[in-house]
Amino acid sequence: MSEAQKDWPLYEIFIRAKSGLDHKHVGSLHATDAAMALEHARDLYTRRQEGVSIWAVRSTDIVASDPAESDAFFEPARDKVYRHPTFYDIPDEVKTL
Amino acid sequence: MTPQLHYVLRLADTNLVLAQRLGEWVGHAPALEEDLGIANVSLDLLGQARLLLAHAGRLEGEGRGEDELAYLREESEYFNLTLVEQPNGDFGDTVVRQFLFDAWQFGLYEALAGSQDATLAAIAAKGIKETAYHLRYSSGWLVRLGDGTPESHARVERSLRELWPFTNELFDDDETDRAVAEEGIGVLPSSLLPAWTARVSETLARATLACPAPARFTWYGKQGRHSEHLGYLLSEMQSLHRAHAGAAW
Repeated sequence: MSEAQKDWPLYEIFIRAKSGLDHKHVGSLHATDAAMALEHARDLYTRRQEGVSIWAVRSTDIVASDPAESDAFFEPARDKVYRHPTFYDIPDEVKTL
Repeated sequence: MTPQLHYVLRLADTNLVLAQRLGEWVGHAPALEEDLGIANVSLDLLGQARLLLAHAGRLEGEGRGEDELAYLREESEYFNLTLVEQPNGDFGDTVVRQFLFDAWQFGLYEALAGSQDATLAAIAAKGIKETAYHLRYSSGWLVRLGDGTPESHARVERSLRELWPFTNELFDDDETDRAVAEEGIGVLPSSLLPAWTARVSETLARATLACPAPARFTWYGKQGRHSEHLGYLLSEMQSLHRAHAGAAW
C-alpha cells in the first residue's frame, strides 16, 4: 500500500442465496481492499444464512445508464408490444410458462 | 475442584472475558463494517462460552448454571488467560491480541476435537469453523496494519511488543493441564507451541513484523491470579445481574 486513503472505497455486494440461483444485489459497503470487502459482506449480509456465495465489485467499476437518458434508452420499447410473447395460444396442459 | 472442571472453566472464562472485551467495541469501531465484524467474533466466543459454562455447571453438580457461573463468581474464581483480559487499547492493540489468541485457539480446537470428553470434543469441532474465520479476520488486519503506513506499522509493532509477554501462559503446563492431558480430556498447552509459532511467524512475516524475544515472566490468570484489569471488566459485566438478581430477558 503506497498512499494512505482516508475514505475506504465503496463495494457493491451480490449474494447467491443457494446453488443454482443467480447472484442478487443486496447492498453496498466500504472496505480497503477486495479481501476485506468479502469479509465485511460475510459479516453484514450473511449473518442469517442468506447466502452460499458472495461477489464484491468496486462501485466505480460499474457502468450505469444515466437516468436523464432514460427516455432515449427505454421509451422506444414501450409501444412494441409484439416483442412480448403474448400472441401464442398456450395449451392447457402447460402450467408453468 | 476436579482438574476437569478447572480445565473447562479456564476455556469458558477465556472465551467469556474476551467476548466481553470485544463487546466494548460495539458503537466505537473505526468503521460501521468493523463494528459488525468485531461484534460477530464476540458473539461467536460468547456462544462457545455459554456451552462451556453449562458443561462446567453439570460437571460441578451443584445446580449452578451458566448465569450463576458467569455473574456470581469473583475475580479470583475466574480462570481465564491473562492475555484476553487486557484492555482493548487502540484498534491495532485489539487486532494483535485477537490474532495471538485466534492462532492459539485454532490449534487448541484442532486437538481438543479428539477429547475423551464428548461434550468438549463437540464444542471444539463446532468452534473450529468459527475460529478459522476469526483467524482469517485478525490475520488480515495484522498484515494490513503491519504492512501499511509507517504509522500503522510502528503502532502495531508496539502492540505486539506489549502483548507478547502474555503468550507464555498459553503454553505453560501446570498440574491441572497435566492431569487432564493424562486422561485424554484436555490438551497439554506446551504441545501447541510449535504449530502456533509457525502460524504466527508466517503471518508476522507477511505483516513485515519481527517476532519479539520471549518474555521471562509468566502470568497465571488461569490459576486465578490476574492483572489489575479483570476486576473492572467483571464489575461492569456483572453489575446488572447483581443489582437485579435473576434478571432475565
